[in-house]
Amino acid sequence: MIAVQNLTKVFRDKKRGEIRAVDDVSFSVGSGRIYGLLGANGAGKTTTLRMLATLLKPTGGTAIVNGFDVTREPEKVRANVGFMAASTALYGRLTARETLVYFGRLNGLADAEIGARIGRLSGELDMDEFLDRRVDKFSTGMKQKVSIARTLIHDPAVMIFDEPTIGLDVMAARTIVQFIRGCRERGKTVVYSTHVMSEVEKLCDCVGIVHGGKLLAEGSVPELRARHGEQDMEEIFVRVVGGADGNPASGDLRLKEGAQ
Amino acid sequence: MNWRQISTVYCKELIDTLRDRRSLISMFVVPIVVIPVLMFGAAAVSYKSVRKAYEEIPTVMLIGGADSPRLRAAFAADKRIKLVPFADDYAARIENKQLRAAVEVPDDFDATVARLGKAPVVMIYNYAGDVHSGAAVSELTRFFSAYGDKMVRSRLAAKNLPADFHRPFTVKRQNVAPPEKVGGAQLGGLIPYLLILLCFTGAMYSALDLTAGEKERGTMETILCSPVGRTELVLGKFLLVLTASLVTVVCTLASLSLTALGAVRLLAGDAAVQGAKVVGEGGLEISVSLPGLFGVCVLVVPLAVLFSAVLFSVALCAKNYKEAQSYVSPLIFVIILPAALAMLPGVELNAKYALVPLLNVALVSKEMVSGNFPIGMIALIFGSTCVYAAAALAIAVRMFKKESVIFRA
Repeated sequence: MIAVQNLTKVFRDKKRGEIRAVDDVSFSVGSGRIYGLLGANGAGKTTTLRMLATLLKPTGGTAIVNGFDVTREPEKVRANVGFMAASTALYGRLTARETLVYFGRLNGLADAEIGARIGRLSGELDMDEFLDRRVDKFSTGMKQKVSIARTLIHDPAVMIFDEPTIGLDVMAARTIVQFIRGCRERGKTVVYSTHVMSEVEKLCDCVGIVHGGKLLAEGSVPELRARHGEQDMEEIFVRVVGGADGNPASGDLRLKEGAQ
Repeated sequence: MNWRQISTVYCKELIDTLRDRRSLISMFVVPIVVIPVLMFGAAAVSYKSVRKAYEEIPTVMLIGGADSPRLRAAFAADKRIKLVPFADDYAARIENKQLRAAVEVPDDFDATVARLGKAPVVMIYNYAGDVHSGAAVSELTRFFSAYGDKMVRSRLAAKNLPADFHRPFTVKRQNVAPPEKVGGAQLGGLIPYLLILLCFTGAMYSALDLTAGEKERGTMETILCSPVGRTELVLGKFLLVLTASLVTVVCTLASLSLTALGAVRLLAGDAAVQGAKVVGEGGLEISVSLPGLFGVCVLVVPLAVLFSAVLFSVALCAKNYKEAQSYVSPLIFVIILPAALAMLPGVELNAKYALVPLLNVALVSKEMVSGNFPIGMIALIFGSTCVYAAAALAIAVRMFKKESVIFRA
């Protein structure tokens, strides 16, 4: 599970001064559940997830991932997390199998165990045909399958996805959505960020709306609908975000400006 | 320190590098093919063209001298000079390379020398800088020197004086420096200069590819979210950069030695055909101290560590490959300057220079290649280079842990 408490990240920029990219965010996610972070570009989603994956150190607050503190035990946290983002590319000059062996070894797995897991994942993801081919020759769909296998090679308890469907076509995005659902069925704790409302409606057990680094609203999709008296998630989102800016009507305009 | 992780990272980077055409070019093709071809190819071309110029019988024009039949006859009898009929435009012909040189003989030359009058001045017109014209001048100098000697001998004989009357004493010189000292003095600067430069360029490509290249390709974040420790990741990558640097140096040394051996054999064979002797300037053999070369190779290791770590840190700051190139390229000048300084004849090793990174290695290499082993200095230089290398590596590890460097927006 994941427990985030008052998590804060401040960046210092010479021109813009102090930027609170994540500001006092708290939430928790249990095993077998999917938590969606919904926000515009620059809302602080990526920074939050990078702190959970220990790529960034929090300025304040804590986060416990599967029992390990992100600040004190970052390597143990990473051993329990599968992190996938649009920015996590694969090594083009390695084959799919070499990629999986590499990440398996970095996770401390024995070669026999890695071989068995590759066999299982390759069967599940239908990768047998291209397992020994170089990644740089792969289609987007094939790369995606290898990326998924890469995040699962050490069978982590927690999965973190940062806008995993961004830039993908409908079919490729569907594969990802199905895969995330599969993670929940296996009892994994899932956090993922998106700005696609339909994905949130389809997948999330709980949604957190973030804007300007702050978590503005939280609840299941039905709860949010009931609270705002509105069925359309996009409308709910604009109301929450616009309300935070002090001008509901200009919410959508403000979104484009970004807050980070 | 988790050595299993370091070796996992290293092995992966090695596979990745060996599959990259650009890395292979910088590690193997440049040192094995390009450098020997450039160095010896250029030398062979210039050697051949100079030899060709000296083998050719130069065309020479006589200006005046109609009243000096003895001189004309001596010219005509010389097989290494081809006389051509006089023409007014001799200067233009020399310039257009139709004529190699012209000789202006003053009036009454034969008569003046016969009556022991005031020594007449013979003027040679040539084209300075042109090898063929130069060859013609040396043939003319040989001719006039032999002609003059003959005249002196007959004048001495006429007065019943001994043949060496005009030469009260003779000067000879004898070299006492062993051959490797002479070779070292000539090659001592060049070898370390080449090694230092190659050590740097060998590390450059991999350092860029493994840092800024990874950021650009988006794989940096992928590897950072795996449980590998940051220190282990840096060390695995750094060791690969170091390997690339040392492989480049070893390949260059091996290929240069083989090409040099081949060149010596070629020259020796060539000389045997011509019945000549291959000797260095002043009739010296040129050789290089082998233990000295070995010593240079040992000193190059901490230097390669220093270069690899510095390049790694600098390239890490860049967002992409192109930006990294613009950071790293000016560093080449920083490397060339001390290495070139050490090549200058008067610059000798002293305690102050022994602490200047790069310059110290270049200077002590010059000594070692010449067969001098100042043990105290060598130890000081090896030690100080190791300290600089360790500091650079520590900085590289620190840089890798900085968010602002890794996630530079």
